[in-house]
Amino acid sequence: MTGQESAAGGSEHAAASVVFRDVTKRYRGAEADAVEHLSLDVPAGEICVLVGPSGCGKTTAMRMVNRTVEITSGDIEVGGTSVTERSPAQLRREIGYVIQQIGLFPHRTIAQNIATVPALIGWDRERTRARVRELLELISLPADVADRYPAQLSGGQQQRVGVARALAADPPVMLMDEPFGAIDPINRERLQNEFLRLQAEIRKTILFVTHDIDEAIKMGDRIAVLREGGRLAQFATPAELLMDPADDFVEDFVGADRALKRLALMRVSDIDLWEAPLAFAGQDTAEVRAKLAGAEVPWALLVDSDRRPIGWLSDRDLAAATVPHRPDSSPDPVLDRDDVLRDALSDLLQSQTHYAPVVDASGAAVGVLSLDVISDFLASDQAKVEEHPATARPHD
Amino acid sequence: MLATLTTLLAQVQIREAGSGATTCQGKNEAFCPSYVIDNIDDYVSPVLEHLVLVLASVLAGFLVAMVLAVLSHGRRWLIPVFIGTTGVLYTIPSIALFLLLLPITGRGTETAIIALSLYNLQIIYRNANSGLANIPRSALDSGTGMGMTKRQLLWKVELPLALPEIIAGVRIATVSTVAIATLAIFAGAGGLGEILYNEGVQRGVFKTNIVFGSLLAVSLAIAFDGLLILVQRFAAPWRRARAL
Repeated sequence: MTGQESAAGGSEHAAASVVFRDVTKRYRGAEADAVEHLSLDVPAGEICVLVGPSGCGKTTAMRMVNRTVEITSGDIEVGGTSVTERSPAQLRREIGYVIQQIGLFPHRTIAQNIATVPALIGWDRERTRARVRELLELISLPADVADRYPAQLSGGQQQRVGVARALAADPPVMLMDEPFGAIDPINRERLQNEFLRLQAEIRKTILFVTHDIDEAIKMGDRIAVLREGGRLAQFATPAELLMDPADDFVEDFVGADRALKRLALMRVSDIDLWEAPLAFAGQDTAEVRAKLAGAEVPWALLVDSDRRPIGWLSDRDLAAATVPHRPDSSPDPVLDRDDVLRDALSDLLQSQTHYAPVVDASGAAVGVLSLDVISDFLASDQAKVEEHPATARPHD
Repeated sequence: MLATLTTLLAQVQIREAGSGATTCQGKNEAFCPSYVIDNIDDYVSPVLEHLVLVLASVLAGFLVAMVLAVLSHGRRWLIPVFIGTTGVLYTIPSIALFLLLLPITGRGTETAIIALSLYNLQIIYRNANSGLANIPRSALDSGTGMGMTKRQLLWKVELPLALPEIIAGVRIATVSTVAIATLAIFAGAGGLGEILYNEGVQRGVFKTNIVFGSLLAVSLAIAFDGLLILVQRFAAPWRRARAL
């Protein structure tokens, strides 16, 4: 962990705030503004998601921060200074940039790709090499990919390298334009989770563009919902957005399943789990049956000596004198306490089970999540989210 | 008129008879290895001259074509202008071009090199141009977004990525120059044209030199082509890395 903390280098380049002041963009020859009088205040170290339907100007708004699109009127400040005060090239080297198509240079090795900005700002060899090593570790890629070419990596790996490249010179601000948009759904979820874990360490200020409201809710500390013409419809935390949409447009955009989406703001550990009736191999089944009599869960969970789930015991398993070593059914899905509640629900539904064991970081069972627990929670969640807004941050 | 023709024919016959019909080259068979072996030294300087012609004109054509390609990169209106101009040059018959240049640059190797370079422009420029146009947009976008200047983008991203196509152009240009350079003899330059024309056609279509001269030209072309394939692989290691 210490290696990763130094890789993050948070102390070296503290995150900087990003402030939009009445920013307008009209492209040459266009009839209407692409972005209209946009004002946003993104505090240092937060993820601000720009979300909206296509053509709402979210990418244009983001690109004005590093001046790949020039501002027509208004101003953007990064760390308190206007972006117009530096040359575009200078400015861009201080702002990480990740795009949907990743845009790795096909003719350069992974190490050379990651070292793009360090090379531009003249780091020496040793420092660059050490940084590349650190970053590969940070994104959990083996050190030997350093000498490979992008075409030799999978899409998910390439996306991780894209993030590492953006982080190379430890910029205080990162721009991410639909960074996970081209990744298949399963890997996208994994990359999102990885990135949230990473962000918990590096604490950059991040402007994140997506058209996917679910991704916005999952990734954002704050969400700016934009409507056509780059007008700001609502700027709020995910919980506020779900509880209290500013108008019909936002309500529509957030979707009719707002209650379900609130599950994306919670983790399994945020709700009260049922206690699991645990059983150990070789134990007297009478004991287990006695335990089951008063339990909320009608099945006993067979665990190993470290309390790691092995499987559910059936009535037939319990008919014997002692608990068998191999139970009838597998324990899947096994949920992690840190899983987002919505993902946990979808795992339960997908495997068509009513109950799933929940484990902690060491893999030991700490309780059981059931569909009933979730529906109880959904019935009461309104008050809960408002009472404890802090718990609404999935990666806190 | 008829008389002159008869005398001419008689001369040819006498010449053939006089040169000893018993030897291989005397009979002017398709190819006489013994003649080549006996006179091998005579072939060395034409080959070297030919090498100079090809290398110098490909290099000059390459340099000018690259300057044109870089100039028209980002000034799109220049592209049809350059393709048109180099295209017109390319269609001028080579002997005509040599003769057209004679009053301006005089007889000699320089004239030949200038003419041959002009032919290379079209091929190399077209390839360089399409190489530069085919750079993935995402690489340009990310390069710009990370703070590369236009010049850095050109040298670090665009030219290296266009390199395989540029070298492919150089390959085609080189191989065709090996062939066209045999006509440099008409501009007063040496090269394999000496063997083919002076020592072949002029000597009553001396077949051995025509065959061996052609053989030398084809070998040169193959050798250059092979060399450039190696260069191409070396210059674009990422293309081979795919299958790993």
